[in-house]
Amino acid sequence: MMTFPRYTGSVLVMLALAVLLPGCQTITQVGTEVGVGVGVLTRDEAEAIQRSAEDITPEQEYYIGRAVAATILSQYQPYENAEANRYVNQVGQAVALASDKPETYRGYRFLILDSDEINAFAAPGGFVFVTRGLLRLCRTEDELAAVLAHEVGHVQHAHGLRAIRQGRLTTAFTILALAGAREYGRDELRQLTQAFEGSIQDITHTLMTSGYSRRLEREADEAAVRIMKRVGYDPGALIRMLEEMDRQLDPGRRDFAATHPPPRDRIRDIRRMIGQPEPPPVPEVRQARFAKALGRI
Amino acid sequence: MNKWMLIGMVFLGAAVLEGSARDRMSIQVREGQLREQPSFLGRVVAGVEYGDRVTVQETRGPWKRVEAREAEGWIHESALTRKRIVLEAGDEDVGPAAARDEIALAGRGFTEDVEREYRNQHQELNFSRVDRMEREGGLMVEEIVRFLREGGLEGGAE
Repeated sequence: MMTFPRYTGSVLVMLALAVLLPGCQTITQVGTEVGVGVGVLTRDEAEAIQRSAEDITPEQEYYIGRAVAATILSQYQPYENAEANRYVNQVGQAVALASDKPETYRGYRFLILDSDEINAFAAPGGFVFVTRGLLRLCRTEDELAAVLAHEVGHVQHAHGLRAIRQGRLTTAFTILALAGAREYGRDELRQLTQAFEGSIQDITHTLMTSGYSRRLEREADEAAVRIMKRVGYDPGALIRMLEEMDRQLDPGRRDFAATHPPPRDRIRDIRRMIGQPEPPPVPEVRQARFAKALGRI
Repeated sequence: MNKWMLIGMVFLGAAVLEGSARDRMSIQVREGQLREQPSFLGRVVAGVEYGDRVTVQETRGPWKRVEAREAEGWIHESALTRKRIVLEAGDEDVGPAAARDEIALAGRGFTEDVEREYRNQHQELNFSRVDRMEREGGLMVEEIVRFLREGGLEGGAE
């Protein structure tokens, strides 16, 4: 195997190409094949370059999620009400336990944001945020559970990680493959941190500005319906929330309206999944604890 | 031995090897629990940690009964990976194996070192509130199960 310094230059040129042409899978594949052909890359390193968001370990997903969460918390103030936050964590972690991914690297966490916007964000690894504006629209625990189950659906499907441009991952995986288990050099750490920073920007831009595709939103809604049924919450609560949001959303504002498909489209899709069942009666104890924790939100 | 018998034995051998490889998995969460039953309602019988190797004995839906740390219990499949997780840098020559998907290197890539460097460059980001969010939001599974039962919701943690 060749030593590191002999082919560093060539690899860096290829990395630069990959970064300049993000998301261009074909160029990456061609580039790596050329790299193998001329002997600047081993087959293993070429495989590393072709890795994608699915190859991010839960440990890395957790650190990406922390940085996304820190970014969200530098733009929104948290709502400092211990009782309300504890209740949102109880409902949120209850629905997370019933998801297909109940275990993340360090578990799910939920926090209320002190904002009138109608919005919610799920950062990778299970950091979930919901605004006071959105909580004010919830009239029952089942409706709150529907909102949180939708966000858990995004975490379960690792939608946040899919927002990362391929070029960032190519950079990171190549550095990892070249470094093996030895300590990083100063330059490698700098490049990794740059790729990390870009990844955080990609995710926060998707969460806060551009939104996910309708297909990914439907995946999160499907997950939410499954979760609600498993827990025993009324899945129709998801439709009632969307109807309420449809009434309240202001298309000109920076919130759900800007980052989500129209609620009416989602309602139609969810109706196909669950039909039109009658809402079951809400047990008194459930409504009482909801009112106690969030009644004055 | 005729040619077909030989081919059959090769396939059988490959299947056995693949089967035994499949039985070994690693814990991919920071801290996990082995439970008496395949459910979050089950009593915890042992704790496991990131990187622990487990042997799978039985699968029931998304739950696996595993052996680890001289204990045996059920754990949800989302806490497990087929990769071997190498905890200590410099343990072995893991570069090629890591690239072949067999190994995950703990603490490598977008992890603690990179976060430290990133935080130094971005002191405006509110990491301390994220630390608090993690600390204060941590609930015991038992509390969640009690919360579900009190609300007439018993199916979720199965």
